[in-house]
Amino acid sequence: MNILVCIKQVPDMESKFRIDASAAWFDTADLAWRMNEYDEYGVEQAVRLKEQVAGADITVLSIGPDKVKETMKKALAMGCDRGVHITDSDVSRRDPAEIAGIIAEYARDKNFDMIFTGMQSQDRGSGQVGVLLAEMLSCAAVTTIVDFSYREGRIEVKRELEGGIRASVALNIPALVTCQLGLNKPRYPTLPNIMKAKKKELLSLPVEDLRKLESRQQTARIYFPEKKGGGLVLEGDPARLADELIQILKQKTSILA
Amino acid sequence: MKLLLVAECRDGIVLGNYNELLSFAGKAGGDHAMFLVGRESSLPHYGGRLYLADSVKHGEYRPDNHKKLLLDTIAKEKPDMIVFCHSSYGWDLAPRVAWALKAAQVSEVVDYVDGDLVVPVCNAKLRRVVRVLTGTTVVTLQAGAFSPAGELGGSPVIERVTGDNESRIEFLGYEAVEAGGVDLAKAEIIVSAGRGIGKPENVEMVAALARALGGEYGASRPVVDSEWVEHSRQVGTTGQSVAPKLYVACGISGAIQHLAGMKKSEFVVAINTDRDAPIGEIADVLVVADLTQLVPILTAKISAL
Ligand SMILES: Cc1cc2nc3c(=O)[nH]c(=O)nc-3n(C[C@H](O)[C@H](O)[C@H](O)COP(=O)(O)OP(=O)(O)OC[C@H]3O[C@@H](n4cnc5c(N)ncnc54)[C@H](O)[C@@H]3O)c2cc1C
Repeated sequence: MNILVCIKQVPDMESKFRIDASAAWFDTADLAWRMNEYDEYGVEQAVRLKEQVAGADITVLSIGPDKVKETMKKALAMGCDRGVHITDSDVSRRDPAEIAGIIAEYARDKNFDMIFTGMQSQDRGSGQVGVLLAEMLSCAAVTTIVDFSYREGRIEVKRELEGGIRASVALNIPALVTCQLGLNKPRYPTLPNIMKAKKKELLSLPVEDLRKLESRQQTARIYFPEKKGGGLVLEGDPARLADELIQILKQKTSILA
Repeated sequence: MKLLLVAECRDGIVLGNYNELLSFAGKAGGDHAMFLVGRESSLPHYGGRLYLADSVKHGEYRPDNHKKLLLDTIAKEKPDMIVFCHSSYGWDLAPRVAWALKAAQVSEVVDYVDGDLVVPVCNAKLRRVVRVLTGTTVVTLQAGAFSPAGELGGSPVIERVTGDNESRIEFLGYEAVEAGGVDLAKAEIIVSAGRGIGKPENVEMVAALARALGGEYGASRPVVDSEWVEHSRQVGTTGQSVAPKLYVACGISGAIQHLAGMKKSEFVVAINTDRDAPIGEIADVLVVADLTQLVPILTAKISAL
């Protein structure tokens, strides 16, 4: 079985963001980077599938500048077999259709039986790339899965819906699924596996060879939302903060009265 | 401008979120029609033209099927914009339709200002203004961003949509996530633990503050997904909706799906090391502090009152 996992490197959301000179994205210097949370579930599910199906092979793919290789190494250390890094210094400007188009161009003749992506990225959060990729490859796709099982060429998955409901669906491979938080428990790479990952194949391909679609949308600008309602911000020594907070609760709520 | 609003139905019942589509349509201006795979026994309160495909025939949501019915409707109606809710239905179906139409899709729209679509970036820390370069646009609307204005009314003028029933995906059934456990909705005071608690041992720290205040403790999704706290205590779109007198969010960033479950709280205190955490947007008081230092002191002081 031939498996593809698509991952994205995103900034740590606790970072202090600054808007860059173009005013259309944030400054990417001085940020901590990590694997998009949703993709970690995709990597884990792919590795579990490989453990179940003898002879399965996992390719992990990521688009971005050189530093995304760091994140790809984590996926390799979790158990992916090989990496395909599509080198692209403009990745943050690309819209979901362009990104999916680049991946589709790479994947078209590779005959992947199963493709895993996150249901969305933590930074752009458009939630489109997985579905678009499936449409481009004419492959069936299920989004937002919280449960996955495979048997004899067929998968059965549960989609998370609103209001505490899940829908069970079944389909034949080839298939693409987009992974939701809580699908599984992503493993921590062990030290021996981190060492092994260093020797795994990590191929780099220039984005120019794979980009066939033009962007359909652009970012005009980004900005910080205004803080609504004039909430109070308290800072300082914890013991003093506790006293201040208790005073506020006494004055503004009926709670400690 | 002409809009096609895509309503949703589950188990034969139309979902109320079509209100938000109408509210967006009101803001965008222009004509609109609605599309629904549903039943005549449960129709939206909508006075316009409704393209209705029969959900008895077409069953519950299967993307191949709904995509085809919707594309047939689009071919007839020729809308400039196709509008979905950003829901498990919308975010699944919209990209399929956008790809077929060679249209740009803009996801999780929170505002529409002078023809520009605004979406959140980086867990809502930033906003992005999007310029669409295609003639037709597909959008999905963030839940709650376009709240229904005023009364809805009328009955639709129905135009039937039929099509074949092929699908690569087989629908097997619905199941409810285990209910029971703690009913947070009854609590007047809730103190919730987020991923910022760092380790499972610190759940007790948050629970102790909840006890000192005479309330219950809750949690954000990652804390539940990690099985540090049971699911019945999860607050948010895929957990419980609460409206206590006091909600204390400890180490919770304030993602939209969490806010959706607690923003009706009367008074919100957030304890967070990050001054820019989006929870600050709705908190009455944001205490910039390490919760592992502040929470035990706070608990001790409140217990001593
Ligand atoms: C379809 C869908 C449904 C979802 N449903 C839900 C839901 O029902 N409920 C829900 O909660 N989420 C839900 N989510 C997930 C949601 O998007 C966020 O990922 C989640 O709410 C983040 O939880 P968090 O704030 O605890 O963690 P994070 O976003 O990781 O935030 C942790 C916060 O802790 C702070 N922090 C770190 N260390 C400390 C410290 N020592 N002291 C104080 N503060 C600290 C950080 O600054 C940060 O702000 C859903 C997502 C999707 C896509």
